[in-house]
Amino acid sequence: MSKVLLKGNETIAEAAMRAGCKLFFGYPITPSTEIVEYLAKHLPKGGGTVLQAECEVAAINMCFGAAAAGARVMTASSSPGISLKQEGISYLAANELPVVIVNINRTGPGLGGLGPAQSDYFQSTKGGGHGDYRLIVLAPSKAQELYDLTMEAFDLADKYRNPVLLLADGFLGQMMEPVQLKERKEENLPPKDWKTDGCKGRAKRKIASYFLVNELAEEGCRRWQAKYDQIKEAEQRWESFYADDAEYLLVGYGTCGRIAKSVVLNARKQGIKLGLIRPITLWPFPVKAFTSHFDGIKGIVTVELNAGQMIEDVKLAVNCRVPVHLYSRQGGMLPHEREILKYVGQVFNLPVRGEA
Amino acid sequence: MQKVFGRPKGLTEIPFHYCPGCTHGIIHRLIGEVLEELNIIEDTIGVAPVGCAGFSLDFFSCDFVGAAHGRAQAVATGIKRALPDRIVFTYQGDGDIAAIGTSHAIHVAARGEKITSIMVNNAIYGMTGGQMAPTTLTGQVTTTSPYGRDNAVAGFPIDLPKTIATFDGAVYVASVSVDSPKHILQAKKAIKKAFQVQQAGLGFTLVSILSTCPTNWGMSPVDSLKWLREKMIPVYQMGEIKVSEEVKGL
Ligand SMILES: Cc1ncc(C[n+]2csc(CCOP(=O)(O)OP(=O)(O)O)c2C)c(N)n1
Ligand code: SF4
Repeated sequence: MSKVLLKGNETIAEAAMRAGCKLFFGYPITPSTEIVEYLAKHLPKGGGTVLQAECEVAAINMCFGAAAAGARVMTASSSPGISLKQEGISYLAANELPVVIVNINRTGPGLGGLGPAQSDYFQSTKGGGHGDYRLIVLAPSKAQELYDLTMEAFDLADKYRNPVLLLADGFLGQMMEPVQLKERKEENLPPKDWKTDGCKGRAKRKIASYFLVNELAEEGCRRWQAKYDQIKEAEQRWESFYADDAEYLLVGYGTCGRIAKSVVLNARKQGIKLGLIRPITLWPFPVKAFTSHFDGIKGIVTVELNAGQMIEDVKLAVNCRVPVHLYSRQGGMLPHEREILKYVGQVFNLPVRGEA
Repeated sequence: MQKVFGRPKGLTEIPFHYCPGCTHGIIHRLIGEVLEELNIIEDTIGVAPVGCAGFSLDFFSCDFVGAAHGRAQAVATGIKRALPDRIVFTYQGDGDIAAIGTSHAIHVAARGEKITSIMVNNAIYGMTGGQMAPTTLTGQVTTTSPYGRDNAVAGFPIDLPKTIATFDGAVYVASVSVDSPKHILQAKKAIKKAFQVQQAGLGFTLVSILSTCPTNWGMSPVDSLKWLREKMIPVYQMGEIKVSEEVKGL
């Protein structure tokens, strides 16, 4: 099939429809709004439903209901809206309901700005809502990945009965890039034998996360954690770029991962053995990427659009056996390739030519 | 021997664990009877709130979902939009629907969401131990209004059904009570009507039911019924508050 030119947010919306998403509940917020707009225009034509909720709290809880009823459902927002959704996300995780949530990260905290930022890394990967839960967090870095990972998000959600978060930023959401609209491949997914859609011909079912007996509550917690362990083992994803023989590594996801690729190529031209690990799953964090590349590595620089959040996971992954530094831009600013390379030269005492 | 009275099929066998004399049990029974009489048990999905009413999850024999505090109507919206041919109802306390969930209460009514909400108004927060609710009467003593609800500080009681009735999407709104056999029969009629209106797909329906909380009111069950009758009924507009033209034609 031929390629089409779409905005990043439209790409996500198109992929959702082709993944069989039948319902979307949302509330507009820049820079994610094109998702609800695109779906409002196209989803009802195929018999789907788009409802503009009264607020994000309502939207995520509508998703809760639709998922409980067995439907494929999505919501999308940006940072302050995602904060409002945290209550619902915690309940989705507790009730093991498959919902796809898109966060086109704004700068933050507070109302923030619209430029590209990765300041919601902690919120996305470490909870955000209350309780000991995990989301599967996917971090695309280009249009084709926005498309492919959105489609896959629905399957992962159904496979593990878990909410999946697609985390991108205003740069990815707003840019236009050609994308190939692939058809959905049939996955062998478990039957939804838990959904509450009316008890015809079977015993009543209930979906709830309220435990009055501590013993039962602990049993529930253990079950969730066992599932999370299984996901950690099976779903770590990353892209390795010139990492096999690297002496120094960049680690960056999303927009930073994209910029870091050019940095690596420039460094290689100068004879510096720089490589890149680009995490594609932020949770589970691709720890395996570091164990497999570890031996020759002398130092790591994480490139982040925040004050240094992913760096904590990188340090844990390498168990403090190599120095890990941070190159950060914030507030919607993007780093220049040249700046990153200069920083690499500085912290590792490498000769880097000026205009790399 | 002929059986003349039994548990309606709309209820499970699980014994209620509401406090003695609490009228949640009566309201459950009425809904259970309506589900059976309309033969909709297998087509119905209930949504439970947080609060004493949250126990309803176990007691009805239809599928049930437990929502976060105040979110039952948003969850019900999601279920109904996914499964438009099913019957979806929420069973909520007054704190749930008229405090933390107010925005959803207003917007399901404005949208004419084809669901039924049962609001159980006991003028207090039951489960958390008797704090002030938006429905607490002026002067009523609760743990967070220990000197009696002072309107200058805490505002005035909210009569939610009256507000909801002003929205075009709300087609049937009733306020009933379960303090006496006569009122119980009226309550049942209102509940049944609300479900029938939903079956006909006409719009949003709300039945508010005045209920007792002997435990947190600090009264005997009998005195509670008397207090409800003498103090609450005069404050809240009772009866069928709104019956739209389509509903009249039903
Ligand atoms: C977000 C949130 N806030 C507060 C609570 C605590 N809480 C549980 S029940 C309840 C009040 C319920 O009152 P009402 O809805 O009137 O129901 P009742 O118990 O009287 O049936 C509160 C505040 C909660 N569970 N979740
Ligand atoms: S606390 Fe009040 S509302 Fe709750 S079960 Fe007891 S009497 Fe009923």
